[in-house]
Amino acid sequence: MLKTFTKGGVHPAECKYSASSAIENLPLPKKVSIPLAQHIGAPSKPVVQKGDKVKVGDIIAESAGFVSANIHSSVSGTVSKIDNVLDSTGYKKPCVIIDVEGDEWNEKINQSTDLKKEISLTDKEIIQKINQSGIVGLGGATFPSHVKLSIPDGKKIDVLIINGVECEPYLTSDHRLMLEKSEEMLVGIQILMKAVSVNRAIIGIENNKPDAIEHLSGLVKNYPGIEVQALKVKYPQGGEKQLIKALIKREVPSGGLPLDVGAVVHNVGTAFAVYEAVQKNKPLFERVVTVTGKSVKKPSNFMVRIGTPVSELIEAAGGLPEDTGKVISGGPMMGKALNALEVPITKGTSGILILPEEMANRKPENNCIRCAKCVSVCPQGLEPYLLNKLSQLEKNDILEKNGVMDCIECGSCAFTCPAGLPLLDYIRLGKSRVSRIIRSRKQ
Amino acid sequence: MSTTILFTIISLSAIGGGAAIILYFVAQKFKVYEDPRIDQVEEALPGANCGGCGYPGCRGFAEALVKTDDISELNCPVGGNETMSTIAKILGKEVEAREPLVAVVRCSGSPEHRKRVNQYDGASSCAISSSLYAGETDCQYGCLGLGDCVDACDFDAIYMDKKTGLPVVIDDNCTACGACVKACPNDIIELRKKNKKDRKIFVSCINQDKGGIARKACRVACIGCGKCVKVCPFDAITMENFLAYIDPVKCKLCRKCVTECPTGSILEINFPPRKVKEDTKNAKSEPKKVSEKSENNSSTQNK
Repeated sequence: MLKTFTKGGVHPAECKYSASSAIENLPLPKKVSIPLAQHIGAPSKPVVQKGDKVKVGDIIAESAGFVSANIHSSVSGTVSKIDNVLDSTGYKKPCVIIDVEGDEWNEKINQSTDLKKEISLTDKEIIQKINQSGIVGLGGATFPSHVKLSIPDGKKIDVLIINGVECEPYLTSDHRLMLEKSEEMLVGIQILMKAVSVNRAIIGIENNKPDAIEHLSGLVKNYPGIEVQALKVKYPQGGEKQLIKALIKREVPSGGLPLDVGAVVHNVGTAFAVYEAVQKNKPLFERVVTVTGKSVKKPSNFMVRIGTPVSELIEAAGGLPEDTGKVISGGPMMGKALNALEVPITKGTSGILILPEEMANRKPENNCIRCAKCVSVCPQGLEPYLLNKLSQLEKNDILEKNGVMDCIECGSCAFTCPAGLPLLDYIRLGKSRVSRIIRSRKQ
Repeated sequence: MSTTILFTIISLSAIGGGAAIILYFVAQKFKVYEDPRIDQVEEALPGANCGGCGYPGCRGFAEALVKTDDISELNCPVGGNETMSTIAKILGKEVEAREPLVAVVRCSGSPEHRKRVNQYDGASSCAISSSLYAGETDCQYGCLGLGDCVDACDFDAIYMDKKTGLPVVIDDNCTACGACVKACPNDIIELRKKNKKDRKIFVSCINQDKGGIARKACRVACIGCGKCVKVCPFDAITMENFLAYIDPVKCKLCRKCVTECPTGSILEINFPPRKVKEDTKNAKSEPKKVSEKSENNSSTQNK
């Protein structure tokens, strides 16, 4: 019997079309726009000016606080301007725009592809290095990694959990990374283990990736302390709290963090980025992005420089299909529809999903029939129908009491609702209102 | 038999009397004094419980009015000056007459002026749409057209015009409670001074982008050219972030800025038609369109 989380969950069609396409390097774009706000927390402060020459890996924006991250140039060339550009948030946000000239890397970066196993840095130095390299959670939430690794006094961590679940349908970027960069990733995990000083790490992988499970199970024999655990396929297993429940049977308390149950969770992509930053001195300026969809000619996984426009990726995957109805940044469950194809790829973009017209539209909205399907699928044990109604009525105090802040916005409720209600939209609205109230209360 | 009846009557009366005495003392001990003026003030208020005053309902506002010594800061926008002076009389406090206000929608981006570049199919709520992205057009400031303001209005004073996709305020119904102002995520609606015959002159745009970008997104956007600032004889117009703003207090409704505006983003509403002479003098086509449009507006509103 395979492990999984207990409460709720859904089974959307997997549609992993790009699972067998190896990671390709995307040709360099002519121009990149690198957003200054690519992570959770304060937007970074630009340290370059118009006309400055930059090399690949040069710092272009500095972290603006503890919860923030450095941003590095992903190309070499000239900064043409710092301007507001439409990004995947749907709004115009400040971006550093660089005209690409050649591909000259910063001298400090070790460009060799040899595997470097020895970890020479101490735990403090590792966290500092990760902070400098601008690494954020690459699973999609983009939370600055050094914050997660800085364990506050009085908390005890006994296990590091590595998220290789990739429960979102369609996406395969983590899957390919686990197959192709497995050794690097495992060294990355060892570095992370050293940073939080634990001697046990578990890689959780869903059972729909048997090749990855087999491949990594073979390799981990050389890496003491690391184990691979196959998991039953169920969405949203990639959620931090669900993964902890599935792997080590601990429940993160309401309003708590994984730290409170002695665990730290990192994505496989983050582990690979940590390896490159610590062992090869290479900051985070590129990531694997899946370009996929039912009618996409060549579903692919690309190694993409941050700031590349989405249109270039679609071009490389065989162009935009004629019957396109929606282009989504991220997966179909939690991703966000784009309103323009010129938006840049950011650190948090795990995939570009192109849905044909017939799949793009929502179900027509009907009345709630009190079937309680949303309640039974909610992985957090909430009552989505109730939160939806309370949010519409702006009953913020009752919303808070009913645990709206525990919602992980996985969208299982809206996915399963037979009446086609936009449950998550309203819950998210209520959540943002309640979090504003909580913040003002603290001040 | 008769003694039983007598005994019953006497014992019950004794219990009743005893309970009455206890209750009397309890009531004296735990008496809650409530100012009788609160009831009087509540009676004088409109009773709409709209929250336009910032208090939870009319009762809450009445309590606040009675408790505070200086009530010049408090105002019931629905009742207006009449109600406030009645209340002042009841309380023996002083209150200044306020200018009546009316809600004004500062966006003219109908589909003919503002091209739709994508299609939104999410939940029908401006608050949700604005949390997801900038909207169906290239203008990230303008009206989203999903009608949160209409839902917020307790007085049926605002409706969505199906042709333009923009909200329209019915001046006679509007009480300036400010519910729509709070409901609009893009802060398009503003409470402005109510002029004679409901006449209005205002910049019907809140786009803060540079001229070129704003104009590309919407043909009737304010491009921040500053012509209106120069032409205004009363210094009523200020320019900030490529956006003109007409101060409703300083504005004397001379209408000079309306003809000067090259994009037609300044609207004049409920004015009599201009003389032909003036029109030929300013032979530009667009200001003319605006005056026509404003006439249409006034006629629909009069109906």
